[in-house]
Amino acid sequence: MINLLFKTSIGFLFFYVVISTTVFASPVDTYAFNDAVTEKRFNELNKELRCPKCQNQNLADSNSPIAKDLRREVYELLHQGKADIEIMNYMVARYGDFVLYRPRVNSLTYVLWFGPAVLILIGVLVVVFIVRRKPIERKKVELSVDEKDKLTALLKDKDL
Amino acid sequence: MNTLIRFLPLILVLALGLVLYRGLSLDPKDIPSALIGKPMPEFSLTKLTDESQTITQDDLKGKISLLNVWGTWCVYCKYEHPYLVDIAKSGRVALYGLNYKDERIAANQWLKDYEDPYVFSIFDESGRLGVDLGVTAAPETFVIDLNGIIRMKHVGPIDARVWQAKFLPIIKMIEHEHQSDQTTGVNSDD
Repeated sequence: MINLLFKTSIGFLFFYVVISTTVFASPVDTYAFNDAVTEKRFNELNKELRCPKCQNQNLADSNSPIAKDLRREVYELLHQGKADIEIMNYMVARYGDFVLYRPRVNSLTYVLWFGPAVLILIGVLVVVFIVRRKPIERKKVELSVDEKDKLTALLKDKDL
Repeated sequence: MNTLIRFLPLILVLALGLVLYRGLSLDPKDIPSALIGKPMPEFSLTKLTDESQTITQDDLKGKISLLNVWGTWCVYCKYEHPYLVDIAKSGRVALYGLNYKDERIAANQWLKDYEDPYVFSIFDESGRLGVDLGVTAAPETFVIDLNGIIRMKHVGPIDARVWQAKFLPIIKMIEHEHQSDQTTGVNSDD
Protein backbone atom coordinates (compact mmCIF):
# COMPACT_ATOMS: atom_id res chain seq x y z
CA MET A 1 0.00 0.00 0.00
CA ILE A 2 2.71 2.40 1.05
CA ASN A 3 4.74 1.25 -1.90
CA LEU A 4 1.85 2.08 -4.24
CA LEU A 5 1.38 5.50 -2.63
CA PHE A 6 5.08 6.15 -3.02
CA LYS A 7 5.00 5.16 -6.66
CA THR A 8 1.99 7.32 -7.47
CA SER A 9 3.43 10.34 -5.72
CA ILE A 10 6.70 9.91 -7.61
CA GLY A 11 4.61 9.60 -10.74
CA PHE A 12 2.76 12.82 -9.92
CA LEU A 13 5.98 14.58 -9.12
CA PHE A 14 7.48 13.53 -12.41
CA PHE A 15 4.31 14.51 -14.25
CA TYR A 16 4.20 17.86 -12.52
CA VAL A 17 7.85 18.71 -13.14
CA VAL A 18 7.81 17.69 -16.78
CA ILE A 19 4.45 19.24 -17.62
CA SER A 20 5.08 22.47 -15.73
CA THR A 21 8.45 23.05 -17.35
CA THR A 22 7.16 22.39 -20.82
CA VAL A 23 4.12 24.58 -20.31
CA PHE A 24 5.63 27.50 -18.44
CA ALA A 25 9.04 27.60 -20.06
CA SER A 26 7.56 29.28 -23.10
CA PRO A 27 4.30 31.19 -22.80
CA VAL A 28 5.25 31.91 -26.35
CA ASP A 29 4.62 30.63 -29.81
CA THR A 30 7.05 28.09 -31.14
CA TYR A 31 9.58 29.31 -33.64
CA ALA A 32 12.08 27.08 -35.37
CA PHE A 33 15.67 28.20 -35.61
CA ASN A 34 18.44 26.97 -37.84
CA ASP A 35 21.12 27.52 -35.25
CA ALA A 36 21.47 28.09 -31.54
CA VAL A 37 23.03 31.53 -31.93
CA THR A 38 19.99 32.96 -33.72
CA GLU A 39 17.73 31.45 -31.10
CA LYS A 40 19.80 33.03 -28.36
CA ARG A 41 19.67 36.40 -30.12
CA PHE A 42 15.90 36.03 -30.52
CA ASN A 43 15.49 35.40 -26.80
CA GLU A 44 17.85 38.24 -25.86
CA LEU A 45 16.02 40.71 -28.10
CA ASN A 46 12.67 39.69 -26.67
CA LYS A 47 14.02 40.42 -23.21
CA GLU A 48 15.40 43.82 -24.20
CA LEU A 49 12.25 44.99 -25.96
CA ARG A 50 9.31 46.20 -23.96
CA CYS A 51 5.76 45.30 -24.84
CA PRO A 52 4.23 48.68 -25.81
CA LYS A 53 0.79 47.77 -24.49
CA CYS A 54 1.72 46.12 -21.20
CA GLN A 55 4.59 48.27 -20.10
CA ASN A 56 5.87 46.23 -17.21
CA GLN A 57 6.56 43.21 -19.36
CA ASN A 58 9.04 42.51 -22.09
CA LEU A 59 8.12 40.80 -25.33
CA ALA A 60 9.17 37.41 -24.00
CA ASP A 61 6.90 37.68 -20.96
CA SER A 62 3.79 39.02 -22.54
CA ASN A 63 1.02 37.10 -24.18
CA SER A 64 -0.83 40.14 -25.50
CA PRO A 65 -1.55 40.15 -29.24
CA ILE A 66 0.81 43.05 -29.89
CA ALA A 67 3.70 41.27 -28.15
CA LYS A 68 2.99 38.23 -30.26
CA ASP A 69 3.07 40.33 -33.43
CA LEU A 70 6.32 41.96 -32.41
CA ARG A 71 7.93 38.60 -31.63
CA ARG A 72 6.96 37.55 -35.12
CA GLU A 73 8.58 40.72 -36.50
CA VAL A 74 11.77 40.03 -34.52
CA TYR A 75 11.83 36.47 -35.80
CA GLU A 76 11.37 37.53 -39.41
CA LEU A 77 13.92 40.31 -39.18
CA LEU A 78 16.44 37.84 -37.76
CA HIS A 79 15.76 35.54 -40.68
CA GLN A 80 16.33 38.39 -43.09
CA GLY A 81 19.82 38.61 -41.60
CA LYS A 82 19.29 41.89 -39.78
CA ALA A 83 21.71 42.83 -37.00
CA ASP A 84 20.48 43.31 -33.43
CA ILE A 85 20.96 47.06 -33.64
CA GLU A 86 18.96 47.19 -36.88
CA ILE A 87 16.10 45.32 -35.23
CA MET A 88 16.22 47.70 -32.25
CA ASN A 89 16.15 50.68 -34.61
CA TYR A 90 13.24 49.14 -36.49
CA MET A 91 11.23 48.93 -33.29
CA VAL A 92 12.23 52.41 -32.09
CA ALA A 93 11.19 53.90 -35.44
CA ARG A 94 7.70 52.49 -34.88
CA TYR A 95 7.16 52.50 -31.13
CA GLY A 96 9.61 55.15 -29.94
CA ASP A 97 12.22 54.92 -27.21
CA PHE A 98 9.62 53.41 -24.90
CA VAL A 99 10.08 50.07 -26.57
CA LEU A 100 13.60 49.79 -25.16
CA TYR A 101 14.04 48.63 -21.60
CA ARG A 102 17.42 50.34 -21.50
CA PRO A 103 16.71 53.82 -22.85
CA ARG A 104 19.32 55.32 -25.13
CA VAL A 105 21.43 58.22 -23.97
CA ASN A 106 20.10 61.40 -25.56
CA SER A 107 19.13 64.90 -24.47
CA LEU A 108 15.79 63.59 -23.16
CA THR A 109 17.35 60.88 -21.01
CA TYR A 110 20.38 62.75 -19.63
CA VAL A 111 18.57 63.32 -16.34
CA LEU A 112 17.69 59.65 -16.17
CA TRP A 113 21.20 58.43 -16.87
CA PHE A 114 23.29 61.02 -15.05
CA GLY A 115 20.83 62.36 -12.46
CA PRO A 116 21.68 59.79 -9.77
CA ALA A 117 25.44 60.29 -10.21
CA VAL A 118 25.02 64.07 -10.02
CA LEU A 119 22.93 63.74 -6.86
CA ILE A 120 25.57 61.52 -5.23
CA LEU A 121 28.25 64.01 -6.22
CA ILE A 122 26.26 66.85 -4.65
CA GLY A 123 25.84 64.77 -1.49
CA VAL A 124 29.58 64.05 -1.29
CA LEU A 125 30.39 67.74 -1.83
CA VAL A 126 28.00 68.76 0.95
CA VAL A 127 29.56 66.25 3.35
CA VAL A 128 33.08 67.36 2.44
CA PHE A 129 32.06 71.00 2.86
CA ILE A 130 30.59 70.39 6.30
CA VAL A 131 33.46 68.22 7.54
CA ARG A 132 36.21 70.53 6.36
CA ARG A 133 34.58 73.71 7.59
CA LYS A 134 36.76 75.22 10.32
CA PRO A 135 35.22 75.00 13.76
CA ILE A 136 33.82 78.29 14.97
CA GLU A 137 36.56 80.11 16.83
CA ARG A 138 35.67 80.96 20.34
CA LYS A 139 36.96 84.14 21.89
CA LYS A 140 39.39 83.41 24.65
CA VAL A 141 38.24 85.13 27.76
CA GLU A 142 41.05 86.62 29.74
CA LEU A 143 40.34 88.07 33.13
CA SER A 144 41.90 91.29 34.13
CA VAL A 145 43.88 91.55 37.36
CA ASP A 146 40.97 93.21 39.16
CA GLU A 147 38.59 90.51 38.06
CA LYS A 148 40.97 87.81 39.20
CA ASP A 149 41.14 89.36 42.62
CA LYS A 150 37.37 89.58 42.76
CA LEU A 151 37.09 85.97 41.75
CA THR A 152 39.44 84.72 44.41
CA ALA A 153 37.63 86.88 46.94
CA LEU A 154 34.30 85.39 45.91
CA LEU A 155 35.64 81.88 46.03
CA LYS A 156 37.01 82.49 49.46
CA ASP A 157 33.61 83.81 50.58
CA LYS A 158 31.99 80.66 49.32
CA ASP A 159 34.37 78.56 51.33
CA LEU A 160 33.34 80.27 54.47
CA MET B 1 23.45 84.29 1.08
CA ASN B 2 23.56 82.41 4.31
CA THR B 3 19.81 82.38 4.72
CA LEU B 4 19.45 81.13 1.16
CA ILE B 5 21.67 78.13 1.95
CA ARG B 6 19.64 77.51 5.04
CA PHE B 7 16.45 77.29 2.99
CA LEU B 8 18.01 75.36 0.13
CA PRO B 9 17.00 71.88 1.43
CA LEU B 10 13.42 73.05 1.88
CA ILE B 11 13.36 74.47 -1.66
CA LEU B 12 14.82 71.24 -3.05
CA VAL B 13 12.27 69.10 -1.23
CA LEU B 14 9.42 71.29 -2.46
CA ALA B 15 10.74 71.10 -6.04
CA LEU B 16 11.01 67.32 -5.82
CA GLY B 17 7.49 67.18 -4.38
CA LEU B 18 6.19 69.21 -7.30
CA VAL B 19 7.85 66.91 -9.84
CA LEU B 20 6.48 63.81 -8.15
CA TYR B 21 3.03 65.39 -7.80
CA ARG B 22 3.02 66.10 -11.53
CA GLY B 23 3.95 62.46 -12.10
CA LEU B 24 0.79 61.36 -10.32
CA SER B 25 -1.41 62.96 -12.96
CA LEU B 26 0.51 61.62 -15.96
CA ASP B 27 -0.81 58.64 -17.86
CA PRO B 28 2.00 56.11 -18.39
CA LYS B 29 0.01 54.58 -21.24
CA ASP B 30 0.12 57.84 -23.16
CA ILE B 31 3.21 57.10 -25.24
CA PRO B 32 4.15 59.74 -27.77
CA SER B 33 4.07 58.30 -31.27
CA ALA B 34 7.37 57.91 -33.05
CA LEU B 35 5.68 58.62 -36.38
CA ILE B 36 4.61 62.22 -35.90
CA GLY B 37 5.99 64.29 -38.77
CA LYS B 38 6.82 61.19 -40.78
CA PRO B 39 5.07 60.08 -43.95
CA MET B 40 2.44 57.39 -43.86
CA PRO B 41 4.29 54.04 -44.14
CA GLU B 42 4.12 52.28 -47.47
CA PHE B 43 1.63 49.49 -47.70
CA SER B 44 -0.36 47.48 -50.17
CA LEU B 45 -3.44 45.84 -48.71
CA THR B 46 -6.92 44.99 -49.89
CA LYS B 47 -10.11 46.87 -49.30
CA LEU B 48 -12.19 45.35 -46.53
CA THR B 49 -15.33 45.26 -48.62
CA ASP B 50 -13.63 44.05 -51.78
CA GLU B 51 -10.76 41.56 -51.81
CA SER B 52 -9.86 42.35 -55.39
CA GLN B 53 -9.15 46.03 -54.78
CA THR B 54 -5.69 47.02 -53.57
CA ILE B 55 -5.08 50.15 -51.53
CA THR B 56 -1.76 51.91 -51.03
CA GLN B 57 -0.59 54.90 -49.00
CA ASP B 58 -1.20 57.15 -52.03
CA ASP B 59 -4.95 56.58 -51.74
CA LEU B 60 -4.98 58.54 -48.49
CA LYS B 61 -3.45 61.70 -49.94
CA GLY B 62 -5.19 64.83 -51.16
CA LYS B 63 -7.41 65.54 -48.18
CA ILE B 64 -6.97 65.89 -44.47
CA SER B 65 -7.51 62.30 -43.44
CA LEU B 66 -8.28 60.47 -40.27
CA LEU B 67 -7.16 56.86 -40.19
CA ASN B 68 -9.13 55.05 -37.54
CA VAL B 69 -7.83 51.69 -36.31
CA TRP B 70 -10.75 49.44 -35.43
CA GLY B 71 -11.84 45.84 -35.04
CA THR B 72 -14.97 43.95 -34.20
CA TRP B 73 -13.22 42.59 -31.10
CA CYS B 74 -12.67 46.10 -29.78
CA VAL B 75 -15.17 47.31 -27.19
CA TYR B 76 -14.35 51.00 -27.33
CA CYS B 77 -14.76 51.00 -31.11
CA LYS B 78 -18.50 50.63 -30.52
CA TYR B 79 -18.41 53.49 -28.06
CA GLU B 80 -16.76 55.89 -30.51
CA HIS B 81 -18.72 54.71 -33.52
CA PRO B 82 -21.54 57.33 -33.35
CA TYR B 83 -18.94 60.11 -33.13
CA LEU B 84 -17.18 58.72 -36.17
CA VAL B 85 -20.48 58.78 -38.08
CA ASP B 86 -20.89 62.44 -37.15
CA ILE B 87 -17.34 63.26 -38.19
CA ALA B 88 -17.82 61.52 -41.52
CA LYS B 89 -21.06 63.41 -42.15
CA SER B 90 -19.44 66.77 -41.39
CA GLY B 91 -17.26 66.27 -44.48
CA ARG B 92 -14.43 68.33 -43.03
CA VAL B 93 -12.03 65.40 -43.14
CA ALA B 94 -11.90 62.10 -44.99
CA LEU B 95 -12.36 59.24 -42.56
CA TYR B 96 -10.61 55.98 -43.43
CA GLY B 97 -10.69 52.77 -41.44
CA LEU B 98 -7.89 50.34 -40.69
CA ASN B 99 -9.55 47.07 -39.86
CA TYR B 100 -6.90 45.66 -37.55
CA LYS B 101 -6.37 41.96 -36.78
CA ASP B 102 -9.92 41.03 -37.62
CA GLU B 103 -11.91 38.66 -39.78
CA ARG B 104 -13.22 39.95 -43.06
CA ILE B 105 -16.71 38.46 -42.79
CA ALA B 106 -17.23 39.59 -39.19
CA ALA B 107 -15.94 43.08 -39.97
CA ASN B 108 -18.21 43.52 -42.98
CA GLN B 109 -21.16 42.32 -40.92
CA TRP B 110 -20.24 44.86 -38.22
CA LEU B 111 -20.36 47.67 -40.78
CA LYS B 112 -23.75 46.44 -41.98
CA ASP B 113 -25.16 46.12 -38.46
CA TYR B 114 -24.10 49.61 -37.43
CA GLU B 115 -23.29 52.17 -40.06
CA ASP B 116 -20.22 52.42 -42.22
CA PRO B 117 -18.68 55.84 -41.57
CA TYR B 118 -15.53 55.15 -43.58
CA VAL B 119 -14.69 56.15 -47.14
CA PHE B 120 -13.14 52.69 -47.14
CA SER B 121 -11.47 50.38 -44.67
CA ILE B 122 -8.06 48.80 -45.20
CA PHE B 123 -8.00 45.13 -44.28
CA ASP B 124 -4.93 44.40 -42.14
CA GLU B 125 -5.48 40.87 -40.94
CA SER B 126 -1.91 40.17 -39.84
CA GLY B 127 -1.49 43.52 -38.11
CA ARG B 128 1.61 44.28 -40.16
CA LEU B 129 0.59 47.78 -41.18
CA GLY B 130 -0.38 48.17 -37.54
CA VAL B 131 3.23 47.44 -36.53
CA ASP B 132 4.53 49.90 -39.12
CA LEU B 133 2.21 52.52 -37.63
CA GLY B 134 3.21 51.71 -34.06
CA VAL B 135 -0.31 50.62 -33.22
CA THR B 136 -0.62 48.87 -29.86
CA ALA B 137 -4.36 48.25 -29.77
CA ALA B 138 -7.63 49.64 -31.04
CA PRO B 139 -9.07 52.21 -31.19
CA GLU B 140 -6.34 54.54 -32.33
CA THR B 141 -6.74 57.40 -34.75
CA PHE B 142 -4.12 59.12 -36.90
CA VAL B 143 -4.46 62.58 -38.43
CA ILE B 144 -2.74 62.70 -41.82
CA ASP B 145 -2.28 65.93 -43.75
CA LEU B 146 -2.72 66.56 -47.46
CA ASN B 147 0.81 65.43 -48.24
CA GLY B 148 0.44 62.14 -46.44
CA ILE B 149 2.41 63.21 -43.36
CA ILE B 150 1.19 61.87 -40.01
CA ARG B 151 0.52 64.86 -37.78
CA MET B 152 -1.13 63.43 -34.70
CA LYS B 153 -2.07 60.15 -33.11
CA HIS B 154 -4.79 59.62 -30.55
CA VAL B 155 -4.88 56.44 -28.48
CA GLY B 156 -8.32 55.50 -27.19
CA PRO B 157 -11.83 56.34 -28.30
CA ILE B 158 -12.90 59.63 -29.82
CA ASP B 159 -15.79 61.50 -28.26
CA ALA B 160 -16.98 65.10 -28.33
CA ARG B 161 -14.49 66.20 -25.68
CA VAL B 162 -11.48 64.55 -27.32
CA TRP B 163 -12.56 65.90 -30.69
CA GLN B 164 -12.68 69.47 -29.36
CA ALA B 165 -9.48 69.24 -27.37
CA LYS B 166 -7.18 67.19 -29.59
CA PHE B 167 -8.47 66.92 -33.13
CA LEU B 168 -9.95 70.32 -33.97
CA PRO B 169 -6.78 72.32 -33.14
CA ILE B 170 -4.55 70.18 -35.39
CA ILE B 171 -7.14 70.08 -38.18
CA LYS B 172 -7.48 73.86 -38.06
CA MET B 173 -3.71 74.15 -38.17
CA ILE B 174 -3.45 71.96 -41.27
CA GLU B 175 -6.29 73.85 -42.97
CA HIS B 176 -4.52 77.11 -42.21
CA GLU B 177 -1.20 75.81 -43.57
CA HIS B 178 -2.92 74.66 -46.72
CA GLN B 179 -4.55 78.03 -47.25
CA SER B 180 -1.29 79.90 -46.83
CA ASP B 181 0.41 77.40 -49.14
CA GLN B 182 -2.13 78.18 -51.82
CA THR B 183 -1.88 81.94 -51.42
CA THR B 184 1.93 81.88 -51.63
CA GLY B 185 1.65 79.67 -54.69
CA VAL B 186 3.42 76.65 -53.27
CA ASN B 187 2.29 73.57 -55.10
CA SER B 188 1.19 71.00 -52.55
CA ASP B 189 -0.75 68.77 -54.88
CA ASP B 190 2.08 66.37 -55.61
